[in-house]
Amino acid sequence: MRAGIFKIAIPPLAVVLSLCISALLIMAAGKNPLFIYQKMFTMTLGSEYGTGQIVFRATSLVFAGLAVAIPFKLKLFNIGGEGQMLAGAFSAALAGTLLPPQTHPVLAVFFCTLSAITAGASVALLSGWLKVSFGVNEVISTIMLNFIVQACAGFLLTGNLSVPSTAHTYEIVPSAQIPQFDTVFGIWQKSPANFSTLFALAACFGLWFLVFKTIPGYEMRAAGLHPEAARYAGIDTNFHILKAMGIGGAMAGLAAANLVLGYKHYYESGLTDGIGFMGIAVALLAFAHPVWIIGSAMLFGFLQYGGLSVNAYVPKDIFLMVQAVTILMILILTKFLHRN
Amino acid sequence: MNRSVLSVSGLSKKFGTFWANRNISLEIENGSIHAIVGENGAGKSTLTRMLYGLLSPTSGFISARGKSVRFSSPRQAIAEGIGMVHQHFMLVPELTVTENIMLGDERSHLFAPLKKRGTAETIRKIADTHALSIDPDALVSDLSVGEEQRVEILKLLYRNADILILDEPTAVLTPLETEKLFATLKSLQKEGKTVILITHKLDEAISVSDRVSVMRRGELIATEPTPSVTKADLARLMVGRDVLLRVEHPEENIGRPVLEVSNLSMNDWKGVQRLNGLSFEIRAGEIYGIAGVEGNGQSELLASLWGIADRRSVIDGSVMLDGTSIKGLHADKIAAMGVSHIPEDRLKHAVVPDFTIAENLIFGRHREKKFARTGGFNIPAIREYTDTVISEYMIRHDDRDNQKLASLSGGNQQKVVLAREIRRPDLKLLLLAQPTRGVDIGAIEMIHRQIIETRDKGIAILLVSAELDELVSLSTRIGCLYKGSLRREFTAEEVRYGRSSEKDFKKEIGLSIT
Ligand SMILES: Nc1ncnc2c1ncn2[C@@H]1O[C@H](COP(=O)(O)OP(=O)(O)O)[C@@H](O)[C@H]1O
Ligand SMILES: [Mg+2]
Repeated sequence: MRAGIFKIAIPPLAVVLSLCISALLIMAAGKNPLFIYQKMFTMTLGSEYGTGQIVFRATSLVFAGLAVAIPFKLKLFNIGGEGQMLAGAFSAALAGTLLPPQTHPVLAVFFCTLSAITAGASVALLSGWLKVSFGVNEVISTIMLNFIVQACAGFLLTGNLSVPSTAHTYEIVPSAQIPQFDTVFGIWQKSPANFSTLFALAACFGLWFLVFKTIPGYEMRAAGLHPEAARYAGIDTNFHILKAMGIGGAMAGLAAANLVLGYKHYYESGLTDGIGFMGIAVALLAFAHPVWIIGSAMLFGFLQYGGLSVNAYVPKDIFLMVQAVTILMILILTKFLHRN
Repeated sequence: MNRSVLSVSGLSKKFGTFWANRNISLEIENGSIHAIVGENGAGKSTLTRMLYGLLSPTSGFISARGKSVRFSSPRQAIAEGIGMVHQHFMLVPELTVTENIMLGDERSHLFAPLKKRGTAETIRKIADTHALSIDPDALVSDLSVGEEQRVEILKLLYRNADILILDEPTAVLTPLETEKLFATLKSLQKEGKTVILITHKLDEAISVSDRVSVMRRGELIATEPTPSVTKADLARLMVGRDVLLRVEHPEENIGRPVLEVSNLSMNDWKGVQRLNGLSFEIRAGEIYGIAGVEGNGQSELLASLWGIADRRSVIDGSVMLDGTSIKGLHADKIAAMGVSHIPEDRLKHAVVPDFTIAENLIFGRHREKKFARTGGFNIPAIREYTDTVISEYMIRHDDRDNQKLASLSGGNQQKVVLAREIRRPDLKLLLLAQPTRGVDIGAIEMIHRQIIETRDKGIAILLVSAELDELVSLSTRIGCLYKGSLRREFTAEEVRYGRSSEKDFKKEIGLSIT
């Protein structure tokens, strides 16, 4: 019981510690940390646009975090979020350009999202299949698939799918674009925050329910915690491995949908920008809990955009460091807790 | 000769406010085999760890050969000639037997080559004198558990230990290996060495020791010369009350055949034959015992009956449950037809330690309709069922809803498994493997009574056990498994008659399984 309370205290403690460390770094850069922090707050949470940016970034991070967290329930490390996102982004963009412009918006968005999910899930399932059929370590296969997907996307892009003399595809049809909050409600003006955020929240609560309240979720947790016993209880562990990888890949695909259908409206190289890898940190900070991921994604979204917003004063890399240090702190504190 | 080689007085060890050992005084005679018995948690390991310098006493004294000692590390204990084989072995699997034995005692200078050849010879010599058959050049990762234990013993002998402490050495051994170990201990004793043997099995203490001490709840209750005590005396001292060592065996009421196995054969994925034409049937209300030394096909038989055999293996023959074939079905389907399986290693195969009590009570039965509701579990129904089981089986716990199974005591974890499997709705057949392995003597009585009760409800039971005692006292009929085939089957009359002259009967069974 006591350990449970400490466990909940770990993430905030880690954040505070790493903010202290970053304060030192800011001082080393010759700036006043309080001034920088104040600037950071006014430019992010203090402004509509800044808040919208955080929401937008957090949305991608929620999906990327779920892409890691769900396989992690089966003790699988999905390092391939980046590649799965790339695949999702590419196929969403492709589907969006191929659709006839007069398609009904609901149908168009559904179809493009589906193609992102399918692409992301297929890449992840490939790793899952290698694992259950040949015992290939999923860490290695997902990393390798990152490279493969990246190479394929690059090849296709430089082939004949890009707009001549650019590094991006043609724009998707307007009906396939996920509406932004700004255009519909007039909130978070000009920011890329879009309706994907609602999908993200639904995914968090839906997956929480699936994992902790349903029979398949129960089997999944059993298979992850104690595969040997699960086999004796008639639970098909391999099936759950495939399912968890599939869901993880689908989530990465949704992260891509947020970027392509909700914001850029085309695929360009470098679009995913390491968000897939950031998902590992997001999931870790939330102890892979589907609902806690919302908080952890918000924090990382804040640090990411906050860093950008004060880039004029201190290098934004400092806040990249804060993110990394937070994760290290969590690992250290968790180990420390288990030791005592 | 009867000088004490190791003596302990007023020794105590406190963990927080808990006395794991309290005011223990004990004399170990030179050249004796001294057994220390006690239930799980009695404090046996704590005592030995203090003797070996792994724990420092809260109070009290230890003296070795009349000299007062105070060890702060095992190294000092070894220097005094005291060596210990732990409950869990401490070997490096990637190194050979010789390398492991030399580790930490290389006897060569820095940067000088290791004298492996010579050492291997020395080891071979020691091993031969004491019936510790082992290949010094084998990799430890290729050894069986029994062989690993021999390496641990050799390690001590190589370091010239003359007081050997063995903590529950037989817990991991087959009966045959146990016999071998005891032969080794006797041979060591002849050479003048002193052995302290920790165990919770009374038969073993009685068969091999010269003197025996009993521990209960951290205290040393008694020390007696072994010839002057009986098993029942020791059991009473250990548990603190009279213990029924033999369960009542009322006449069985036998019904229809429930399980019919005919010509069951199994080849594993390498093509090695594991089961060879097994045929037997089990009727409602009878217990069919499978006797045999471990590794003669027991686990393969259970795996194929329970539908969890390796998919690459080839299974022939037929397995019928109440007239329906269950061959090739998966465990969930077989379970749904009214079959329960209590595997030998309950903690590894029958529970999820990180799940709560309730989650474990439905483990493997979670697909039953009464626990389900659209979309998820029927929480109130599961709560009610959990409450019933907890009160009926007296499962001691602190927090019904949040407590993890791992934090229950071993005995209570066993009860969770037993309750869950025996209460399976429409249970017809119970597959039961080593039901009392690692169980305290006080709890064995209860488990045996429950097995008989289950039988009397008209359930067919397959009992696989390495303990002949247990088989003889529980079974209606006994099949002897040897190298994958049933070598002999004792009929109900034979078993009933055998119970009246048990010693001879066990010998007869013994002949059919070796
Ligand atoms: N390091 C420890 N910290 C706290 N309690 C312990 C520790 N080691 C053992 N105990 C407790 O002391 C008691 C005796 O344990 P042990 O000596 O291992 O018993 P045995 O070997 O007879 O089964 C048990 O109740 C156990 O939980
Ligand atoms: Mg012990």
